[in-house]
Amino acid sequence: MDYSRYLNPAIAAVPKSGIRRFFDIVQTMPQAISLGVGEPDFVTPFHIRNAAIDSLLDGETQYTSNAGKISLRNEIAYYLKRRYSLTYDPNSEIVVTVGASEGIDLALRALLNPGDEVVVPEPSYVSYCPGVIFAGGVPVPIVTDADNNFMLTAETLKAAITPKTKVLIMPYPNNPTGAVIDRESLQKLRDVILENDLIVISDEIYSELTYSEEGHVSIATLPEMRERTVYINGFSKAFAMTGWRIGYLCAPAALLENMLKIHQYAIMCASIQAQVAAEEALKRGREDDYADVRTMHQSYNHRRRLMVDGFRAMGLDCYEPLGAFYVFPSIQKTGLTSEVFCERLLREKGVACVPGTAFGECGEGFIRCCYATALDQLTVALEKIDEFLQDL
Amino acid sequence: MDHMKLELLQLLQQDCRTPLEKLSVMMNQPLETIAEMLDDMEKTGVILRYAPVINWDRVGKERVEGMIEVRTTPQRDEGFDAIAKRIYRFDEVKSVYLMSGAYDLLLHVEAPTLKELALFVSSKLSVLENVTGTATHFVLKCYKSDGIIFEPEPKDRRLAVNP
Repeated sequence: MDYSRYLNPAIAAVPKSGIRRFFDIVQTMPQAISLGVGEPDFVTPFHIRNAAIDSLLDGETQYTSNAGKISLRNEIAYYLKRRYSLTYDPNSEIVVTVGASEGIDLALRALLNPGDEVVVPEPSYVSYCPGVIFAGGVPVPIVTDADNNFMLTAETLKAAITPKTKVLIMPYPNNPTGAVIDRESLQKLRDVILENDLIVISDEIYSELTYSEEGHVSIATLPEMRERTVYINGFSKAFAMTGWRIGYLCAPAALLENMLKIHQYAIMCASIQAQVAAEEALKRGREDDYADVRTMHQSYNHRRRLMVDGFRAMGLDCYEPLGAFYVFPSIQKTGLTSEVFCERLLREKGVACVPGTAFGECGEGFIRCCYATALDQLTVALEKIDEFLQDL
Repeated sequence: MDHMKLELLQLLQQDCRTPLEKLSVMMNQPLETIAEMLDDMEKTGVILRYAPVINWDRVGKERVEGMIEVRTTPQRDEGFDAIAKRIYRFDEVKSVYLMSGAYDLLLHVEAPTLKELALFVSSKLSVLENVTGTATHFVLKCYKSDGIIFEPEPKDRRLAVNP
């Protein structure tokens, strides 16, 4: 049967994720060391898992309110205030989502009219551009580069804006580059955003994994920015809770109301056990100053330094990533494309990385290496990459 | 203790064979600073030795471990210290803890055979002056020691490549 006439051509035209092909090859190589993952190597801390177990034992198996348990929303509001000086009303400005990914989708669907343009700094997470297309918008990628620490600049933003531009996606700290954006740069961007009356969707899922002295700064804390920012975060990266699929979206009530409408009809509510677990993560954090997060942060930071040092010692240009858990070294010196480099490295040395091109065309010449992997494995991986470079 | 020393100790607890150069990179500190901290902690007795954690069940050598609760009569001026010192000198005794609760000292003991461990209790420990009673518990299996789980952990469950 020919299904093409049934399918939405806009969706059928979106290519499959570039990562898929690598996944298929790695599957056939069980001994490979993978630096291709995009999630923590920690298991969710036990007290958090235990809270979900208790909840099941207690028979908490019902729906929650659409926006999520109010006790969880209260904890989120407290956490955002304490960690990032963000103020959101738990009653009308926070919705608990099925991962931060749902938050991005809700925001795009509630905001976009057909043909609206969305500016997306690249390289960045693979879902933004397809998400924009699914919501009927037009993604407009902006190239960021290593010379500028992969930060979006006011000049490039300005240059990308047309009368149709409505939304800017701010993906910092960034997957795959590990870039963060500092207050000074944010302030310059703010002027362009206000001047052009844009709305910002700020995906701050990696905010806890920031290694700069300044720490993470949310764009929503800048003057006049809260009212035009949709703030997205979640528990996956900070609390090692990827598989729970639990995140949240915060926005001024009038905006949030419409995003909640989609969530309410499409999703109903996030899983109650995931909500209970998330609440436990924040409640314990309130008491012990987020010890879970601090322990993981320190461990990532050790490995981050080791990786940057390792790549530089091999003679590769490696910009110092100050966020997330990725390094994004340049492999331009080898003369190979990212795809070829990664495929050969995998086949010849059994180390899996992700080609930079999976995160936008401008990722050509780079590879993404995730350092959320055991130290001894990282050491072996670095040795093998070094061998690979010497064999070239 | 300052934050940096704690950080160093945590790294060494994971792997005390980590080369100085690697510690220096991971902690973002000059090699000399790391060396000085180690030297200082060795001299002040913070670091007593660099020893492996061994799963003896895998070694294939006959060996018996036990925990012994010991009740004692504390001595004037010395409390439990004198009797604890007397006990920890035996080679069979691996650890000695002063405990609150129903008994006074808890010993972790080890001997090549059950018979030798029994002999230790009956002829060396119980006969000590000030030891008023003992209760011996044999270890059947060790699941976790020094924060390390002995059973093989499940393999990395994450998908090998994802966005």
